[in-house]
Amino acid sequence: MSTQTPETETETESETEQPASSPHQERRLAEKRERAEREAAEEAADATKFDGETLELKVFRYDPEIEGKEEPRFDSFTVPKEQGMTVLDALIFARDEYDSSLTFRHSCRQAVCGSDAFFVNGQQRLGCQTQISELDTPVRVEPLPHQDVVKDLVVEMDHFYDQMETAQPFFDPDDLPEGELEEQRQSRENREKIKLSTRCIWCGACMSSCNIAAGDNKYLGPAAINKAYRFYMDEREGEQKRQERLEIIEQEHGVWRCQTQFSCTNVCPKDIPLTEHIQELKREAVKQNLKFW
Amino acid sequence: MYEHDVIVVGGGGAGLRAAIAAHEEGADVAIVTKLHPVRSHTGAAEGGINAALRDGDSWEDHAYDTMKGADYLSDAPAVDTFAQTAPEEVIQLEHWGMPFSREDDGRVSQRPFGGLSFPRTTYAGAETGHHMLHTLYEQVVKRGIEVYDEWYVSQVAVTDEDDPNERDCHGVVAWDVQTGEIAGFRAREGVVLATGGLGQAFDHTTNAVANTGDGVAIAYRAGVPMEDMEMIQFHPTTLPSTGVLISEGVRGEGGILYNSEGERFMFEYGYATNDGELASRDVVARAELTEVNEGRGVEDEYVYLDMRHLGEERITDRLENILHLAEDFEGVNGLEEPMPVKPGQHYAMGGIEVNEHGETCIDGLYAAGECACVSLHGANRLGGNALPELIVFGARAGRHAAGADMPEPKIETGPYDDAEREELGVPVGAPDGDADAVEPAADGGEAVDADDRSPDAVVEATAEAERERIDTLLEREDGVNHADVRSDLQESMTANVNVFREEEGLKQALRDIQRARERYQDVYVADKSRTFNTDLQHTIETRNLLDVAEAITMGALARDEFRGAHWRKEHQERKDDEWLKHTMVSWNDGEPELWYRPAILEGDEQTYEPKERSY
Repeated sequence: MSTQTPETETETESETEQPASSPHQERRLAEKRERAEREAAEEAADATKFDGETLELKVFRYDPEIEGKEEPRFDSFTVPKEQGMTVLDALIFARDEYDSSLTFRHSCRQAVCGSDAFFVNGQQRLGCQTQISELDTPVRVEPLPHQDVVKDLVVEMDHFYDQMETAQPFFDPDDLPEGELEEQRQSRENREKIKLSTRCIWCGACMSSCNIAAGDNKYLGPAAINKAYRFYMDEREGEQKRQERLEIIEQEHGVWRCQTQFSCTNVCPKDIPLTEHIQELKREAVKQNLKFW
Repeated sequence: MYEHDVIVVGGGGAGLRAAIAAHEEGADVAIVTKLHPVRSHTGAAEGGINAALRDGDSWEDHAYDTMKGADYLSDAPAVDTFAQTAPEEVIQLEHWGMPFSREDDGRVSQRPFGGLSFPRTTYAGAETGHHMLHTLYEQVVKRGIEVYDEWYVSQVAVTDEDDPNERDCHGVVAWDVQTGEIAGFRAREGVVLATGGLGQAFDHTTNAVANTGDGVAIAYRAGVPMEDMEMIQFHPTTLPSTGVLISEGVRGEGGILYNSEGERFMFEYGYATNDGELASRDVVARAELTEVNEGRGVEDEYVYLDMRHLGEERITDRLENILHLAEDFEGVNGLEEPMPVKPGQHYAMGGIEVNEHGETCIDGLYAAGECACVSLHGANRLGGNALPELIVFGARAGRHAAGADMPEPKIETGPYDDAEREELGVPVGAPDGDADAVEPAADGGEAVDADDRSPDAVVEATAEAERERIDTLLEREDGVNHADVRSDLQESMTANVNVFREEEGLKQALRDIQRARERYQDVYVADKSRTFNTDLQHTIETRNLLDVAEAITMGALARDEFRGAHWRKEHQERKDDEWLKHTMVSWNDGEPELWYRPAILEGDEQTYEPKERSY
């Protein structure tokens, strides 16, 4: 475990190996040195900035190809604590101020792109949506469990995407209304029924939290089953595709694997009642089977 | 080398729609995106999609509102095409299963939005973009279109004729973020850039961290002009702490803006005595900042947006997502308290110059969506006009790139000899104007001088140049961290090129950009890994931000008038005699060249006569 502080980043060998080739370059390098000194002074002064409250961030680190980083470890970063600060803000601060190799996915910062799901203090959460003030310190950030780690907090998502595709996540109506500008009708009630299921942002938190998925690599998982629910329950969906989809989710590694532990529902950042949706599809499967008998 | 008929760069709304359209034309199409498609920023759009769908509305009215909202800086052929095509594209989304909000009779709902003469904004709660993005991606999956996700496109492979109008685009160069592999992607028919916005040039923005103007910058350095870059939209309702967007849908449903005195200032102080909160975005953004500047803001920073009176039922039905955003990112319960809001950078009206088929002046290179400038939004985009732009012009670009027969375009592209040119008298472009000072590692992106001009050779030579550039960046042991350059740039842009613009501030911004360019010459990448190197990626993105920020500021300094989103302290009137023209910036070997092209006001049915904008 290492402690990163601003001082570790100061320059050491900038003056030794400069093949100054042109007056222009020399001037630039001189300015660079001057700047480095100024910045070092500023950083020293920055220490006072830390007079306010700080927090300790412990971040999982791993890089398969860099010597000394290929052994998984935790790095600690001291980050000034500000009101409204999220886990993502703290990570960005640590990266931009201390160690630019600290690697994690993030983009929208508003809980809709789904790229910054991490394991924060032992629970799957979106970094951008999680307030530091809600957490015990030190705040411990790890990659999503049960997924291969690519580097630091970045996990392999291919398996998740593959499972989503298995559920055939696309609309397939039997027929469309006549007339070029005629929409299909959908009742408000039916839209309300599927509304929560359509909010999935593919963050993978549910899959990562699921014990069954951890033990059974073929289990479709809560996100993919929810996607099937979203189309199965949509009254505009074609009858044939509904049946096909029901067969997919009913297979050996489908809905019947769910043991209603509710961990997926607990961690879902969009509050989708995933376990409930899985149970509803179980009931649908039973109903359909009864019909055939 | 990878090879496809059509290569679409970017997996957001425009890119996905372009890929589907190209696929329907029979092309072998691939999407190359630095994120995964469902991570694209289209998913953050909230408000809705404008389309004239109902009795009592017409495409002509939609076109007129768009032209007026744009303060007459749009090109009529683009506006007409847009308004005519939006309805079929929206219905197409519905046929693809998009979960629109519904009326009692089961038809898709529409609501009022700013600057619209009819409530023509279709929507899906306050998360319309999320649903549109996922619906489009579902169709991409259904068709089996190949997606290279987490591949960062850093160059277009273009021939190097002196005249950009004679150049050809044969593909792109990208690297696999996960492994660091750098590869050429040969496009047999065409490349469609759909890389989205550039909001990261500013530090208070609704835009995702990924929105770094990559497509605009790489097309620019390949020879395509940037158009109307000074036209940056500031959204009136963003959360003060983070820049998270609070949809215009809140005002569309009847939300009210108050100052710290509890006054409904849009009416009380006469900013928009007809339309109040539903005036055009530029009008509302200026009103809010004027309130703050005159001491009637809350904590000298923001104003209040109140939706409590709409009632819990209506809020949860139509604006539920807003409750979550206000709660998660500002700690405010929108059912019980008003929400704090202030203007934030939101949208680039300008971008890569294209015609109504998405073609640039370089043969085989197309652009669509926010990175492109058709020009549709002119000096100010109406709320609800961005999402239909993605699908209307995304589809057209994809179709044309795949070889579909399209009519002769009415909008011209590319530099021409007798264009009106302008010098700014402030340093811009490469530092010192010294060509030797431009080190390839820091720069990168010009057309490659290849002896063998076969398409494959052009793509491979570009890939080789990119490998060298990246090697140099990674080999440097010491230098400047890109994050410092980026944050200085963002701060200067927000301080000087914001809602209110003054000559001295704009000049200061250009000096700051020049300084940032100089520092960038010494940039280095501390992370030496080829595995998921975001340090490297952000370093190259920062280079792109420098070019787009410079064009924004150059255009703003030269345009000495007040039009749409572009407010100038020293010039408080719209000057139609001089300024009904588009600002163009051409790369010209690293020395940006500023020139103009007249706006086209003659449409299909009518010529749009500039009128005063009253709301």
